[in-house]
Amino acid sequence: MEMLAPATPKSWYLPTKPHKFCPGCGHGITLKALGEAIDELGIQQETIFGCDIGCSLLAWNFFACDSTQTHHGRTTPVMVGIKRARPELITIGYMGDGGGYSIGSQHLLNSAVRNEKVTLILVNNTNYGMTGGQMAPTTLPGQITETSPYGRDPETTGYPTRGPEFIAELTPEGAYVARATVSKYKQLKRLIRNAIRNQMEGNGFSFVEVLSTCPTNWRTNANQTWNFLEEKMEQYFPVGEIKSPLGKGDK
Amino acid sequence: MEKIIGEPKKAFMTGNETVAWACLAAGADIMFGYPITPQNEVMHYWTRLAPKYNRNFLQTEDELSAGFTTCGAVQAGKKAFTATAGPGNVLMQEPFGMAEAMRLPVLSIIQQRGGPSSGTVVYSQQEVTLTTYGGNGEGHRIVYSTATHQEVYDYVIKGFNTAWKYRFPTFVLGDGYQAKMREPLEMYDPQDKGIEIIQPYPLIGIPGKIGEDREPQHLCNIYSLEEELYEVVMRVSAEYESISPEIVEFQARNCEDADIIIISHGVVSRAADDAVKILRAQGIKAGYFRPITLRPFPQQQLREVITQSGAKYLLIAESAYGQLERLIKQEIYGETVEIETLFMPGVGIIDFDIIKKVKSII
Repeated sequence: MEMLAPATPKSWYLPTKPHKFCPGCGHGITLKALGEAIDELGIQQETIFGCDIGCSLLAWNFFACDSTQTHHGRTTPVMVGIKRARPELITIGYMGDGGGYSIGSQHLLNSAVRNEKVTLILVNNTNYGMTGGQMAPTTLPGQITETSPYGRDPETTGYPTRGPEFIAELTPEGAYVARATVSKYKQLKRLIRNAIRNQMEGNGFSFVEVLSTCPTNWRTNANQTWNFLEEKMEQYFPVGEIKSPLGKGDK
Repeated sequence: MEKIIGEPKKAFMTGNETVAWACLAAGADIMFGYPITPQNEVMHYWTRLAPKYNRNFLQTEDELSAGFTTCGAVQAGKKAFTATAGPGNVLMQEPFGMAEAMRLPVLSIIQQRGGPSSGTVVYSQQEVTLTTYGGNGEGHRIVYSTATHQEVYDYVIKGFNTAWKYRFPTFVLGDGYQAKMREPLEMYDPQDKGIEIIQPYPLIGIPGKIGEDREPQHLCNIYSLEEELYEVVMRVSAEYESISPEIVEFQARNCEDADIIIISHGVVSRAADDAVKILRAQGIKAGYFRPITLRPFPQQQLREVITQSGAKYLLIAESAYGQLERLIKQEIYGETVEIETLFMPGVGIIDFDIIKKVKSII
């Protein structure tokens, strides 16, 4: 029987496919949505893709776009430097929740305050995947990780960071802030596309958090993985646009 | 290239102001900076001058960001620079490491302050180890240690050229005295001195259509396999070593018949120069050697000076507790000349200090 090959975005770099993410990981879905958004906006040639350390770094040669890989948490300032130097380029930074909300939080916060004209996509899988599943700023209360083996205790480690909510508070009008999830693909792609469009229109800082899955470190099967995403994560982290200067009714 | 200075002209200004003018004259496009003493006035002058010449500036949230935004801007093909000191230099070792790994032509001006920790805001030569070998790498950097404001001006211009020609992160290592003192110098447009300015070029966002004219650029600094990294580091090391002879700079005076050779760098070398003149007038055969590049180090030249003079002693004088001494010792391993030291960490050294020390040795 002939295998039916799934459609791949034009902006994907095919020599590096299949990609290297774990089975069941949400990065592949997120990067497919990003690739399709780049295609639909017709910006492959002027896009600069930058990725962090952590699992996101596996995307360093993912796209047929000029790309650069940075250090943990430092993708934001590198993207800012590129955009400040060459405003005609479209800079898309890609990072995890550890990179964005912990080790690079000062960069995220201050670039949001300065309303830097960059697009950042932050994948939230509630743990540090690449380093072996430690507690992240986004780990849910009670969630077991390698550094919260008895479950995250908010009394001693605080509550999960709600990134888009604090970024929305920090940014002026013109910024775009949203949260998407890999469980709702069409919305995911639309929000990513909006976040890029917002940069293209020169409106301001554009940020999308993407709720994602990590069955390897969660130690979950397919059912449990999807349940954790849809029942637990989406409950704690509400999905949707939080702030958008783009016109209503954009589909 | 745009002329900034016009006819070469005399100026009397601080070293930090000198840096800003030199960056303008060298054609720098953008500075990223974060406040720390004693480099602040580099930003103060740059922010006043830059808009008049269509140049840019961003004050970042910290030195990590200043270093990484600089890395981003040079990847995008712009002449970008930063300036820092002390704890800021510590934080910038992370982006400097990336610049080493990815061969990014970042120019950084380091105005050394006292250390460790916050130390003083005044002066020292305690950032030699950090600036030459900081970071989790092999020290593939080019470090010019300046002594006068004229050199600050000259080497900032040269530093941009070195960085973009060889694509190694390049440093102009000054200090609080050089930053804050006023001193006469001549400012000029590089083209008027026959200096060809090396034009920057992008590493990403390059011309050509991806998929038709060229492959996408995929820059990285991480490798999956030990062997991949080994190949890269060995290749970069070989390249660094092969270009080192073209880059190395030093001064040697009165060494031919010297009994004792005084080695110093940066602003201390001015005291050493004076001390040698006075000692010579008193009949003491003192020589003067100064590495201008601390990385790469003028190893061969120093060994030759030691051998040819037959000097009994080296006296290493520095405003640190042995940072220059360690550099020298690793470079001249095997020489049997006796090494004496004058360590005055965090304080200035004048000719009298050196003369007194020489007389206690000879």
